[in-house]
Amino acid sequence: MSSRHEILDRVRKNQPAPRPLPNVPMFDAGVAASLDAFRTALSRMGGRFVPAADDQDLDAQVHALFPDAKVVCSATPEVKGNRPIDSIRAPRDLHDVDVGVVRAVFGVAETGSIWLSDAEFGVSALGFLSQHLIVLLDPQAIVTNMHRAYQHPGLFTADYSVFMTGPSATADIEGVLIHGAQGVRTMSVIPCRRGARVTPRPTGA
Amino acid sequence: MKRIDHAEASSHFIKAKDHIEFHDRRLWDLRQKRDRESVQLDEWEALRTLASEIKEHTLTHLADYLEEFEANATRNGVHVHWARDAAEHNQIVFEIMNSRGARTLVKAKSMLTDECDMRPFLETRGIEIMETDLGERIQQLDDEPPSHIVVPAVHKLRADVARVFSETIGTDPKNSDVHYLAESQRQHTRPYFLRADAGMTGANFAVAETGSIVVCTNEGNADLSVHLPPLYIASVGIEKVVPRIEHLGVFVRMLSRSALGSPITQLTSHFRVPRKGTEMHVVLVDNGRSERLGMDDFWYSLKCIRCGACMNTCPVYRRSGGLSYGATYSGPIGVIIDPTFNLRKYSSLPFASTLNGSCTSVCPVRINIHEQIYKWRQIISERNQLPMIKKEAMQIAGKVLSSPRLYRAAVETAGAGVEHLPRFMLYNRLNTWGLQREVPQAPPSTFRQWYLEHRVKNGGRG
Amino acid sequence: MKVALFVPCYIDAFFPEVGVATLELLERLDIEVVYPLDQTCCAQPMANSGCHAEAAATEKLFVRNFAGFDYIVGPSGSCVHHVRDHLTAIPQTPQVTKVRRNIYELVEFLHDVVKVQAFPWASFPHKVGLHNGCSTLRALREAKTSEIDEPYFSKPMGLLSKIKGIEFVTPERPDECCGFGGTFSVFEEPVSARMGYDKVNDHHRAGAEYIVSADMSCMMHQKGCAERLGLPIKFIHVAQVLNGAQA
Repeated sequence: MSSRHEILDRVRKNQPAPRPLPNVPMFDAGVAASLDAFRTALSRMGGRFVPAADDQDLDAQVHALFPDAKVVCSATPEVKGNRPIDSIRAPRDLHDVDVGVVRAVFGVAETGSIWLSDAEFGVSALGFLSQHLIVLLDPQAIVTNMHRAYQHPGLFTADYSVFMTGPSATADIEGVLIHGAQGVRTMSVIPCRRGARVTPRPTGA
Repeated sequence: MKRIDHAEASSHFIKAKDHIEFHDRRLWDLRQKRDRESVQLDEWEALRTLASEIKEHTLTHLADYLEEFEANATRNGVHVHWARDAAEHNQIVFEIMNSRGARTLVKAKSMLTDECDMRPFLETRGIEIMETDLGERIQQLDDEPPSHIVVPAVHKLRADVARVFSETIGTDPKNSDVHYLAESQRQHTRPYFLRADAGMTGANFAVAETGSIVVCTNEGNADLSVHLPPLYIASVGIEKVVPRIEHLGVFVRMLSRSALGSPITQLTSHFRVPRKGTEMHVVLVDNGRSERLGMDDFWYSLKCIRCGACMNTCPVYRRSGGLSYGATYSGPIGVIIDPTFNLRKYSSLPFASTLNGSCTSVCPVRINIHEQIYKWRQIISERNQLPMIKKEAMQIAGKVLSSPRLYRAAVETAGAGVEHLPRFMLYNRLNTWGLQREVPQAPPSTFRQWYLEHRVKNGGRG
Repeated sequence: MKVALFVPCYIDAFFPEVGVATLELLERLDIEVVYPLDQTCCAQPMANSGCHAEAAATEKLFVRNFAGFDYIVGPSGSCVHHVRDHLTAIPQTPQVTKVRRNIYELVEFLHDVVKVQAFPWASFPHKVGLHNGCSTLRALREAKTSEIDEPYFSKPMGLLSKIKGIEFVTPERPDECCGFGGTFSVFEEPVSARMGYDKVNDHHRAGAEYIVSADMSCMMHQKGCAERLGLPIKFIHVAQVLNGAQA
C-alpha cells in the first residue's frame, strides 16, 4: 500500500465526528481604510512613509532618499532606475541591487501591510535581495483589515504573493530589534496614484 | 531510551543566574505584548473561537481536505509527496535533491524538519545545509537544537552568540554588539542564498482550496530560500491544512499577535505555482499525527499553529528553558504531544507543570492544554511509567487517606516535630522540600482535635 | 442555613487555625455548621499525580461524609476544584453528582450564596498583597485573569475590600503561578522554589506586609520560601482576615 493510501486510510478511520465550519465575519464595521491608519500601522512595524515629492519626479526622489545607491532596479514604470527588470535573466543577478522599486496592488490599514505578487515584482527576488525597497501605493487602494485583504482575487490567481509589512526584522539575539535581517533593510512606502502622470527629469540633468 | 529528567535539567538552567533572569523576563515581555494586542481587538475572544472551530472542522474532515489540497497543488504544477514517518520524509527529501544533483540547501525554520531529524540524515549523504533563520543558524553553529519554536536562541545571551560566531564564522570574539552579530550572519549567509541548489521551508498553513503554502516570517529568509534556487521543497505536517483562503484572515491575525505581540509578521508569503523553469515539491508528513487524530482526549493538540504563546506564558518553561524538555517541542504544547512520540522517554514532562492553566488561556486555537496534561498523567500512571518512588507514595497515600482511623493516627502525633510526620505526607523527599524552603511547623493539635475540644465536648460553641 | 464544613487534610494537620477561622466566620453569619468527623482528604494528591485507582477509595469516603448536605464549604480553592471538576475516580452516582454540585470554596460561598455585605467585627490595617491561587482563579473563575480580555471582577476583592483599614498593593505579576502545584513542589523542586522566590520577592517589592490568599497550600510554599529568604512578609488566610484576625 502506498504511503498516500495508508495515511489517508488512517486519517479517515481516526477522524472524530464531524464539526461544522463556522462563518467568518469581516469584523470591519466602523474600521477606517484610511491612509492615516495605514501610515500609523506601517511605522509601528518599522516601515517608512514618504510623501511623494511635489514635482512628482519619483526617480529624483529615489535618488534623494538613497544618494549613495549605485544600482536602482524598478519593476514599475513610474520609476526608471538604472537596471531594467526585463534585463534580469536569473534572480541572483539582482544580488547587487541597492534600491528596488515596486508598485503594491493594495495596502491594509489594520497592519500597515502592502500586497503584491510575482507580476508586480517582475522577478520576485527583487523584494528580498534589494538592500532597500521602495513601494508605490495608490492611497485609494487600501482595505480595512486582513479579512478584507484575503478577499482579493489575486490570492487565487497569483503564482506567488506576499504581504510585506515594513522591512525584514529579527529580535533573535537578546530580544534586540534589528531591521534588515536577511531581507530588505528599509521599506519606504510612497503614496502615488496609479496612472498619475509623472514628469520625468530631463536626462543629463 | 533514557527517560528525560526535566527537573534535573532545570536545576542547571536555574543556576545560570543571568541567563535565567533574561530568559524569564524576555518571554514574559512577549506574553505582555500579546496581552496588549489582544486587548486592542474587541473580537479577540471571538477570533479564538473561530480559529478553534475552523481547525476542529478541518481535522474532522482532514482526509477530504488533504485530497483537495493535493489535487489543487498538483494542478498548479506542484509535486505532492506523502511521508508516513520521519524516516520516509527524510528519504523523500534526499531523493528529490539527489535526483536533481542538488548538493546545497538553504532552509527556513521548520519544526517539522527538526522533528524528523532531517539535517544529520542529509548531511551524512553529502548535502550541505544552511539554516538561514538567525536563531536557527546560531543553534546550528553551536550544535544545539532550537530551544523555542519562534525564538530558537532565546536561552542565549549576546556573549554566547559572540562566542559561537567567533568560533565558526570568524567574527571578533570580543565584539558582542547585537547589530554587529546580526550583520555578520546576514553577510555570511547571503552568498549561500545566491548559489544554493535547493531551498526549503516549512508551512504555517496549507490552503486546500488553492493548493497554496503559506509561510510567515520576519527575516525574509523563507522568500530568499524559495526565489533564488531552481528547486523548492516544503515540509508540511498534515495538520497544517486549512480549508479556504478566507480562513487565513483569522489565523494570520492571531499568529503573530500571539507569538510576538505584533499584528502580523513582516512577511506573509503565499507559494502556489512554481516560477517558470523551477520545481516545487510539497512533502505531506504524518509521523504519528493520524494516530493522534484518533485519541479522544488528545486530538485537539493537532489544532496547534505553532505560535509559542503557551511557552511564553508558562512559568515553568520560562524558568527551565526549552532544552530541558529534551524534545523538538517543549513547553506546554510539547508536554502534550511528546508522549505520543515516546511515552516512556517523555513520561516526566506532564509533571513539569503546576496545572495553572495559563497556557490554555492564551492559546489562539483554544487547545485545552492543561486539561490534556492532567489526562496524560493518568495514562502514564496506568501504563506504569511513573517513577517507583512516586507510585509507592501514592499507593500509601491512597490507603491512609481512605481510612479515617489510619489518617488520624498519622496526623495526630501530639507535639511531634516535623521529622516524625508520616512518610506519605512528605513522600520521603523531605530533604527536597527543605533544600530551598523552610518546613512548616507542626501545630500542637489538628483542627479535628480542636473541634472535639471546643464544639463537641461542651455541646456547642464555647 | 446548614453547611457541612470541609477541612482539607493539610489544613487539619498544619494550619488548623484556618479551619477554626472558617468555622467561626460561618457561625458569625448565623450559619449552622456541621463538621463530619470522619473526613480525611478529597483525594487531590493522588488524582493530580494521575493515580486514579489510588484515589478512588478516598473519593468514595469523601462522598460518604458529605452526602446529604445542600452546601459543603471548604477553605481551599484547589481542593474544591478537584471535587467539583475532577472527582471522577468513582462511578458518577446521583449522590456523587450532588456532592460535586454542592461544594463551594469559602470566598465564592460568601460572595455568591450568602452575599455578605459587611464584616463589622473585622479590621486589618495592613498593606496586603492578594494571592489568587490558580485553581481559584482559572478553574473556579473567582476573578478576572490577565490572559483574558474581559470586564474586571474579583470575588476575593469583593469581600476583602469591605475590611476596615485594609490597603492593597499590587505585585508586578499578580496572577503568575507561585509554583506550589502539589507534588510539583517536591518533584520539580528547583523550578518550584524559583517560582516561589520570584513570587514573594514580587510582593515584597510592592510593599506587602501580608500576603492574603484563599489557598493555604500556595501560602505554605510561599511562606517556606519567604522564611528561607529572610523576607519580613507574613501570611494569613482570607478566612482569618474576614473572621477578625488583627495580625
